[in-house]
Amino acid sequence: MAKQDVESEVTGNVWKVLKNAGDSVAEGEVIMILESMKMEIPVEAPSDGTVASILVEPEDQVEEDQVVAVIET
Amino acid sequence: MTNDQSVSGRGAFKKILIANRGAIAARIVRACRELGMPSVVVYTSVDAMAPYVANADEAYPLTGLRPNDSYLDQDQLMSIAELSKADAVHPGYGFLSENATFAQRVIDAGMHFIGPAPAWLDRMGDKVNARRLMAQQGMPTFAGSDLITDVDSAREAAQRIGFPLVVKPSGGGGGMGMQVVAHMGDLETALAQAQAVADAAFANGGLYLERWIEKPRHIEYQILADEHGNAMHLFERECSVQRRHQKLIEESPAPGIDTAVLREQAQRGADICAQLGYNNLGTMETLYSDGDSGFLEMNTRIQVEHGVTEEVTGIDLVQQQILLSAGGSLPEQPPSMKGHAIEVRVYAEDAQSLMPSTGLLRTFSVPELFGVRVETGYQQGQEVSPYYDALLAKIIATGNTREQAIGRAVVALQAFTIEGVRTNAALLLRVLKAPDFLQGNIDTGMVERLLRQGARIPAL
Repeated sequence: MAKQDVESEVTGNVWKVLKNAGDSVAEGEVIMILESMKMEIPVEAPSDGTVASILVEPEDQVEEDQVVAVIET
Repeated sequence: MTNDQSVSGRGAFKKILIANRGAIAARIVRACRELGMPSVVVYTSVDAMAPYVANADEAYPLTGLRPNDSYLDQDQLMSIAELSKADAVHPGYGFLSENATFAQRVIDAGMHFIGPAPAWLDRMGDKVNARRLMAQQGMPTFAGSDLITDVDSAREAAQRIGFPLVVKPSGGGGGMGMQVVAHMGDLETALAQAQAVADAAFANGGLYLERWIEKPRHIEYQILADEHGNAMHLFERECSVQRRHQKLIEESPAPGIDTAVLREQAQRGADICAQLGYNNLGTMETLYSDGDSGFLEMNTRIQVEHGVTEEVTGIDLVQQQILLSAGGSLPEQPPSMKGHAIEVRVYAEDAQSLMPSTGLLRTFSVPELFGVRVETGYQQGQEVSPYYDALLAKIIATGNTREQAIGRAVVALQAFTIEGVRTNAALLLRVLKAPDFLQGNIDTGMVERLLRQGARIPAL
């Protein structure tokens, strides 16, 4: 099992977290939704796997390239 | 003759509070100064360095950062309005500009709200209501339904309208919550999905159905109305170049549509406004497809793209708004149109992925060129934050012909140096150079098609 970081593409706020640690995800599935500049930005699983950890909570501020979740593939 | 003389019998405001930020705040500060009326701006900590904050006569800080805690916070804005002894409030666009409750609070506090009467913000804010009202007055509309009450009535309406159709939220805008439905079998799911978005995003959670137009053009008409029962139109704007249902490029006149058809629609819009007693500025948005046209909605505020109309008519729409609110009348001579104007919106977002981009504007060098006007609320050294929309600047290029205006927009975009955030300039240039765009073959899907073509080019 390899761990893979999931990064935010934008600077903004966490709006909704849709997956929890332990959930299985398919490539492209939305793990959380961020909000930046009045736009909703989905954070998608980069590959099939299981969510190892979610590193942010709703309302948290995130920076571009910040690791917001880790998945095991 | 200066433009402000085209509104006669005007009064004056002692001080105008601008309840907005960015390019429109800068634009209103300028109009106030030109009219000799003092302006008051509000700003959050990330906007403190914006050029209009220094240019306004007075500036007051807001406590929060996010829109709900700052530019949408009615209590804060009302107390600053009272503290500064303003006698009028200009809401700009977005934020509280179409909020009837805010407009009424301003009026109840003894000030003028620069815009239509609150009842108009209410009537037009409900899309089903606006559609019904306009249809009754003889404005063409595409087949559609009233508010959907249950699935059975939705099926009946859908049968009558035909497929494909679109489910729309009645209280919404900006394309949010819209669902295109191809078959009766998909209707129930689409209603549920649209309802979820409408409930989350809009105060009014109702839905309605409308015929779906493939590859339409977005054509809108600028209306000007005084408080004495008169209304006139200032021609049309073509706004079909959009991404995520939001406008990217606007121009006037609209290329490739029979002028007689455009004038007839614009005049009908103005006549309806006069008939109904509408006041101040308004824009009638319509969809146009193969000679057919249908009313979409009416915006009860100044639009982002007002500059293209100003350039082709020579009429200062922001000054007009202020003077009409102060009781001014419309000119007796109808305005004329000269040349061609095109606006491109420079956004802080990636030109291919469209992802928003924030950061410090290390370089922000605005081009100064013949036939080019730039509207912005930013300057070099300022922070572009994630809290507000991504509009950095509007470039409005004017020429004797469409070709000349487009050429000037291209040169201006190439001369505009922005460092510190990514911008959509490369996408705007692609559109301006696309053969379809140059020939006037425009529709609301063209940006998505261009982006799909671009996606096939491998990244370096």
